[in-house]
Amino acid sequence: MRRLVNQQPGRAGALLLSALPFILIVAAYLYYSNARLAENPGDKLLPAPATIAAAIHRFAFEEDERSGEYLLWNDTRASMERLLTALALSALIGLGLGVAIGVLPYVRVTLAPFVAAVSLIPPLAVLPILFIAVGLGELAKITLIIIGVAPVIARDLALRAAELPAEQIIKAQTLGASTWQLVLRVVLPQMWPRLVDALRLTLGSAWLFLIAAEAIASTEGLGYRIFLVRRYLAMDVILPYVAWITLLAFAMDGALKLLRAKAFAWAKAGTQS
Amino acid sequence: MTQVTVKRLWKEFGDQVVLENVNLHIEDHEFVTIVGASGCGKTTFLRMLLGVEAPSRGEFLIDGQALRCEPGPDRGIVFQRYSLFPHLTVFENLLLGPELRGSPLLGRLFGARRRRAMDRADQLLDAVGLQGAADKYPQQLSGGMQQRLSIAQSVICEPKILLLDEPFGALDPGITADMHTLIIKLWNMNKMTIFMVTHDLQESFALGTRLLVFDKVRVDPQAPDAFGATITFNIPLKGRRSGGR
Repeated sequence: MRRLVNQQPGRAGALLLSALPFILIVAAYLYYSNARLAENPGDKLLPAPATIAAAIHRFAFEEDERSGEYLLWNDTRASMERLLTALALSALIGLGLGVAIGVLPYVRVTLAPFVAAVSLIPPLAVLPILFIAVGLGELAKITLIIIGVAPVIARDLALRAAELPAEQIIKAQTLGASTWQLVLRVVLPQMWPRLVDALRLTLGSAWLFLIAAEAIASTEGLGYRIFLVRRYLAMDVILPYVAWITLLAFAMDGALKLLRAKAFAWAKAGTQS
Repeated sequence: MTQVTVKRLWKEFGDQVVLENVNLHIEDHEFVTIVGASGCGKTTFLRMLLGVEAPSRGEFLIDGQALRCEPGPDRGIVFQRYSLFPHLTVFENLLLGPELRGSPLLGRLFGARRRRAMDRADQLLDAVGLQGAADKYPQQLSGGMQQRLSIAQSVICEPKILLLDEPFGALDPGITADMHTLIIKLWNMNKMTIFMVTHDLQESFALGTRLLVFDKVRVDPQAPDAFGATITFNIPLKGRRSGGR
């Protein structure tokens, strides 16, 4: 018998094993849903698959009676607009700050402690301030995500930039690089894949801040919808919405991973000599 | 013509004296090899020449001008490792120097100027035997190929002085011989002055036209840091110079 650390599942086995937890949780849901509905057909806590399917159809493929909109797509568009805008701005701010802090000693001394302090403020604690200062509109929600995400990206990239071997930085200078050229040709290109990594890692918290902001003050959006229908115990809507949000997050993560592999072939992990 | 003069040079880190009273004059197109026990300040000497370390007292003069304490294009460097740019292919690594010097704003060349730089890069790639690896990334190369690229990368900028910090220390002995032939070839092609730190005595004799030995003249066993090293031997060697003096 080989040691456990040396035992590898085969290809089919691996696929089956990774599907197993999902299958188990669906099976458990179906079992308990069935049991509860048998006891009380009006139970709303664990709706039957048919009820969920009907809810999905209602939200995704039928116009809403009041607004005439397809609610799921409308909510998705609103949420994604906020999320993508905020992530793009966070990436820009984080990259700029991070590289400046990592490369320029004067900026590091001036800004590194400040950015570290800001990154430790719980963003949700600032949300009331944002609502008071900039109102309940889109700006408050986007700013909340940026406050939560940008400092983290900035600190990560500052570390990564400072980690570049001193030999590289010196060599570039002996090849005639000015500070600007050093950033443009040596530091920035090596930061792109790091930025993608940082975005992937902060994606989870970005979604958290988005849902929180939408739950508190919004008139559309995925977070707004699930908190709205919560009042009617509409689990048949909440469950597919949560699954949809998860799927979106998963797809974004996968897209970033693919981008990193395709666009930065040189940066394959572990091949650095 | 490049002359390097060192006058009454001291280097101290706090209480620790690393180098004391170093005096030196090097004529143009010398191949200077530097040996000494570890911790005797030979790398510190090279780093001061490179401009990343400032002398505590005394001065470095290149052609009578005081050395700016910052790395610059007049002095190339090849480290033992890590001096290649992992995000650029071999060819792009080689092209980087000309691109940086030819385009202050973008750091990239276009059109006819780019083609000229590419021709030059092609020549050097041939000279160091990397023509087959032009499109690879540095991390896909062997250690010897990486060092050849790093040397070519410096040489393409035609520095007055080339500094080598144990460039072949991490290579297999078999490859080192090829590297010696290569560096002598490039040294004769470009008429530059080379300073090479090495821990291999044989190498220092085989390559150099001048051998410097760094050692401590005085040692106080109670305070090992009280006295620094200096150049104890400055030996002219025949060298494999073609033409010249």
